[in-house]
Amino acid sequence: MKLELRNVTKRFGAVLANDHLNITIDSGSVHAIVGENGAGKSTAMRIAYGFYTADSGEILVDGTPRDIRAPRDAIALGIGMVHQHFMLVRPMTVTENIVLGAEPGSAMSLDVRKASGAIRALSHEFRLAVDPDAIVETLSVGQQQRVELLKALYRRAELLILDEPTAVLTPQEVEEFFAILRRMRSQGKTVIIITHKLSEVLAISDRVTVMRDGRVVGDLKTSQTSAAELARLMVGRDVLLKVEKAPANPGATVLTVRHLSIDAAGGASASRAARHAPPQRRRVDDVSFDVRAGEIVGIAGVEGNGQTELIEALAGLIPQSHISGSVTFGDRELRLFTARQRRELGIAHVPEDRHRRGLLLEFSLAENAILGVHYRPPAASGPGTLLLDQNAIDQRAELIVREFDVRPANPALPARALSGGNQQKLIIGREFELPPVLLLISQPTRGVDIGAIEFIHRKIVAMRDAGCAVLLVSAELEEVTALADRVLVLHNGRVAGEVNPSTATPEQIGLLMTGGRR
Amino acid sequence: MSRLRELLFPLGAVLCAFAVGAVVVLLVGDSPIEVYRLLLGSALSWPDGIGYTLFFATPLIFTGLAVAVALRGGLLNIGAEGQLYVAAFATAWVGIKLTGLPSLLLVPLCCLAAMGAGATWGAIPGLLKARFGSHEVINTIMLNFIAVALVGYLTQYHYRLPGDPIMESVPIGDTAHLPRLGSFVPGLPERIPLNVGFLLALVAAWLVYVLLWKTKWGYEIRATGQSPAAAEYGGISIRKEIVLTMAISGALAGMVGINEVLGYRYRYYDGFSDNYGFTGIAVALLGRNHPAGVLLAALLFAVLQRGGVPVDAFTQLVSKDIVQILQALVILFVAAEGMFRVRGKR
Repeated sequence: MKLELRNVTKRFGAVLANDHLNITIDSGSVHAIVGENGAGKSTAMRIAYGFYTADSGEILVDGTPRDIRAPRDAIALGIGMVHQHFMLVRPMTVTENIVLGAEPGSAMSLDVRKASGAIRALSHEFRLAVDPDAIVETLSVGQQQRVELLKALYRRAELLILDEPTAVLTPQEVEEFFAILRRMRSQGKTVIIITHKLSEVLAISDRVTVMRDGRVVGDLKTSQTSAAELARLMVGRDVLLKVEKAPANPGATVLTVRHLSIDAAGGASASRAARHAPPQRRRVDDVSFDVRAGEIVGIAGVEGNGQTELIEALAGLIPQSHISGSVTFGDRELRLFTARQRRELGIAHVPEDRHRRGLLLEFSLAENAILGVHYRPPAASGPGTLLLDQNAIDQRAELIVREFDVRPANPALPARALSGGNQQKLIIGREFELPPVLLLISQPTRGVDIGAIEFIHRKIVAMRDAGCAVLLVSAELEEVTALADRVLVLHNGRVAGEVNPSTATPEQIGLLMTGGRR
Repeated sequence: MSRLRELLFPLGAVLCAFAVGAVVVLLVGDSPIEVYRLLLGSALSWPDGIGYTLFFATPLIFTGLAVAVALRGGLLNIGAEGQLYVAAFATAWVGIKLTGLPSLLLVPLCCLAAMGAGATWGAIPGLLKARFGSHEVINTIMLNFIAVALVGYLTQYHYRLPGDPIMESVPIGDTAHLPRLGSFVPGLPERIPLNVGFLLALVAAWLVYVLLWKTKWGYEIRATGQSPAAAEYGGISIRKEIVLTMAISGALAGMVGINEVLGYRYRYYDGFSDNYGFTGIAVALLGRNHPAGVLLAALLFAVLQRGGVPVDAFTQLVSKDIVQILQALVILFVAAEGMFRVRGKR
């Protein structure tokens, strides 16, 4: 199926999300759309899928202008979409999930068996290896993603739009996933993949469209471009894709973790990552490690393997009743320290989910700049440090905004008004200004622009060089290996191994991520 | 820009409500102009209209503030009604038991009793939520029933004047009385029960503003209300905030007892509340959980309440139910505005 967007324009209030876009996706190809957050790539694809309607412009399917006003119009035309966050009903079977909204049979009787057979045939045709009768929550993340693919295929999609499909996959799973995409292409399907991982663009796509600030700034044949060129187009300037850092110079041990375990209930509400993990299993299982001053210890692993809970436990956000083992900071046993007391000791925490944990979205930048230190001078003053000192708060906010390049630089704006990258810089600024002895930092660049990634990486390395102990968690393997001086791999809440990031190959780490031993 | 919007939306809701109300009056067969002239004219006349309107507004300011503080803290306090009953009784109890103390001592003690009793009654559902996770809506509703039954029982069997056919307590000591504004405002007759309680309501509104936006406690309350997970991350104890917020909310609701007992009836009068606690929810919603908004919204509802009487008396076909209809319409349009916002975001 050939899809064309012609002169598509979409405005949200004052923001021009799509500015006269012209994108052509050839039938039977894998087409990547890349761009920074806010470049408009997701908006464009949501217009194609009928989530939004364009203010002007037209959509052509196989050369015919089509009016796509809702997702059901898109589905009827054979366009399917798989979202970054799966839309599956976890306690139901694969078949039930797939037929949801398109149930076969009459209103009174649901013909599940017929659907199950059709799904089995589809799964076989594309070698997806999904059992139609399995309960979704027992499946791995990679399998769940294939269920999403099946859902689209079952509705006879000829063109599939995939939004950041590899975000939750291990390197091996990514390889399998790409193999599936290639098979789909060979069967005549068309695939659009929205991503920000340039290596994957180069590995899988036939053509790539680069977007910046709501406009198409490049439309290239993948075989004739490079990661550096794509990054330059995305950002509008040359970008350092590698992290530059000197060898670490580790000092005294700052954090000692011994036999730390967290039971299943301890992480139940912790994150969306935890929801991907099967229930009733220890979230963290007998984990021991040290972090020394002046080194970055990286934690690699597929999301949902205990990273979230580990960091939250160290930050004091998981009730002690769910935790066993010991955590020492310097010579203090941290067990009885609250989150507030830990921050007073110099433990800063950049949380993985900045919208849920890291920010008060309706609060101003200034108010967000004091979260965690709001109750003590300089933020609070007067009798009993009861009154907020607006001048001191503004000063702190202005310092962070300036030092960490938060834009727009207006401390009175609500945090919601900032882009993801700027929100992240605000949080990082706040935590770095603590200043920390130990920095717990989770997914530091998730959903952050390439330009800001470079900036954040430099700041983390500078923090290390200033003698801070850093514990870094990231689902991006490249990020962990680029930043960390040592890497621990977590699998099922256990440390599956420790590797030297400068010598280990992605395949070796990937194997550990799936629980295999070296 | 955003502040203007904050003001324009509720104003629009009120105007829409009056427009639809006009249609209702037309359907009934009367003249909307005449009805609104009677309504506003009587509510805003000097001194009776304004005096009574401000008097009616006083309890609504307290309960509106109570609900607003709780909502800022992420809690829906439907229990202001129970809190104000318990508080009014406690106020009267102190005023009865400590009769003879000088005014300078007795009035503050009675006020503390009102706030303390309200705070305690509010803190109970707070504690239940913090400790067991039970929802405050259920528990505040339940406590409303308990409060009404409890103070009714105490009045009936322990504090009633022997032989009095009315369900009311014996009077409080003279020194516990709050002065009526008529005693020092020129042109305002003393028979109008508007009293110092109204001035307390204005002070309470200002204090709530200072608390919420100028102190670290307010920061913690608002942070908890905005995002419990982020507040927890910021080292704030969610459980403590839940109890504290409910106690503050209860204390504000309890201050209705000051106006009612010390400033108006000088005794506990059973069933005195005209659903102040529940109207407070509407007041807070219309006032966007901001003290200034609460003041304006309470005034509007008081105008409707005061203006309803002459509408009932001087029109042929329209009864004072029109006031109820207008109130309901205002609430509907405020709720509908939330719907417009959700749509605007898409």
